[in-house]
Amino acid sequence: MGNPVVEVEGLRYAYRDREALAGVTFAIPRREIFAVLGPNGSGKTTLFKILSTLVPPMSGSVCLFGHDLSREAHRVRHHLGVVFQHPSLDRHLTVLENLVHHGHLHGLWGSALRRRALATLEWLGVGERARDRVGTLSGGLQRRAELAKVLVHRPELLVLDEPSTGLDPGARRDFRAILHRLRDEEQVTILLTTHLIEEAEQCDRVGVLHEGQLVAVGDPETLKASVRGDVVVIHAAHPGVLQTKLRERFGCEAVLVDGALRVEHPSGPDFVRAVAEAFPDEVKSAAFGKPTLDDIFVRMTGRRLWNG
Amino acid sequence: MERVRPKTIWRFLLPVATLWWREMVRFVRQRHRLLGTLGQPLLFWILLGGGLGGSFRPPGGPEGFSYAEYVYPGMIAMVLLFTAVFATITIIDDRREGFLQAVLVAPISRSRIVCGQALGCTTLAWLQGVLFLLLAPAAGVSLTPFAAVASAAVMFLVAFALTSLGLVIAWRMETIQGFHAIMNLILVPIWLLSGAFFPASGVPVWLQWIMRLDPLTYGVAALRRCLYLENPVLAGEVPPLLPSLALTLVFGVVAFVAAAATARRTAI
Repeated sequence: MGNPVVEVEGLRYAYRDREALAGVTFAIPRREIFAVLGPNGSGKTTLFKILSTLVPPMSGSVCLFGHDLSREAHRVRHHLGVVFQHPSLDRHLTVLENLVHHGHLHGLWGSALRRRALATLEWLGVGERARDRVGTLSGGLQRRAELAKVLVHRPELLVLDEPSTGLDPGARRDFRAILHRLRDEEQVTILLTTHLIEEAEQCDRVGVLHEGQLVAVGDPETLKASVRGDVVVIHAAHPGVLQTKLRERFGCEAVLVDGALRVEHPSGPDFVRAVAEAFPDEVKSAAFGKPTLDDIFVRMTGRRLWNG
Repeated sequence: MERVRPKTIWRFLLPVATLWWREMVRFVRQRHRLLGTLGQPLLFWILLGGGLGGSFRPPGGPEGFSYAEYVYPGMIAMVLLFTAVFATITIIDDRREGFLQAVLVAPISRSRIVCGQALGCTTLAWLQGVLFLLLAPAAGVSLTPFAAVASAAVMFLVAFALTSLGLVIAWRMETIQGFHAIMNLILVPIWLLSGAFFPASGVPVWLQWIMRLDPLTYGVAALRRCLYLENPVLAGEVPPLLPSLALTLVFGVVAFVAAAATARRTAI
């Protein structure tokens, strides 16, 4: 397995008035897709900026490929590919010109660079648009061109900030498939930040970030298995009152989130039936489902990840 | 194995060259920029030369030396200043659109990034200054080939200094509006007080001192000296060529070092 590609230990970062990262520790082995899942303001972007070498860590240590970022960021950059949330392509240049420019910045040149750029575009299915100006490409194609640009110097670690933002579901699926191909065919290690549960669930491992701390780290299935059985969501006329009654009657601890009561129960259908029979006048609706990462987030933080 | 990486010296120059090249391509593809930076000085020159020519005669100049001719080197300085400024604004755009961030995570130092930006913007300013230099006969300046080459060389130096100064400001700014405010407050007075518009002789002593402290004064003086290499009297009462050149060089170096330092300190 070798040494981890990313090793973060006790990482802290504070802005003038608030602490964005409050002691974050995790490691990512080679060829893993790791998602940092968290809502806006959880510290994702700060973590991304530090890992992409834009901002030096304040305290704690961050090592990429065994090099400490506080001292040796320049040694890491040859092996690092960074995909920003907003496309970093020059709209006035063609797709190929953007890739060649990027290659030059990374010390590559000549016809070999052009061939490599064209091959990368082909690989990502944008070869036909190589000579078009970036401004004429759709959002999905721009994302691919952006990724192609970053791949020109063959990075071993890819860091992506909210890669799905602005993409329709189809383009999102395509992009995800590309990341999996990169992992499998090119042995690339990938870290991405996201606030989308379904995106995080497709990754090898997930770190759940909340108020600057990783509240859970693990593969999605294991994390979800830590919730026993089903998650039951109950809407009631007076949720506070029903919460007390549920405790008295069933001895279970319901959590009030966004005006609804959430209960973890080994058997969702039985519990829904029991509650509906016990409190027919109180319950407006009750439903159960298999746990998602959102439920992990609720359990860890008492809040929902995403009020969509 | 295919040879993808160049030898050491090229590896050093390549990122600078590619940033320079990008500025060229962008400029060629945005033709309105040429109109904006050349059109305004041209219009100013025609209006000022015509408007003030009747009531203002530059002191020290011989009979028949018009205001339009006096202000011509100043207009070249204006072309250099405006182009340099417009070009450095692209840095703010680059940051807003995310392009700059991608450059910053590449394995090159920020001084080299600034060097590429400065040389790109300088070249654009210089090329447009050279276009304006072609109008010398219209201004009544009879340029010898040697004087033209010397003037062009001085223009490159002045353009580099102004571009670097523009970069010091642009790297700190997050909005183009902020840049415009600073430009009006700092860059336009630097131009106005450089002797481009009126000579230092004949103004109050306190203003003379400010003009002496203006770094662009020596760039404009060096340009006047070069334009009239064959006939130094026509350059008027401006500082001599060599000290002016030396001070312009110092201006350029200081501004560049400041720009590189600003870039190193700036958090994105």
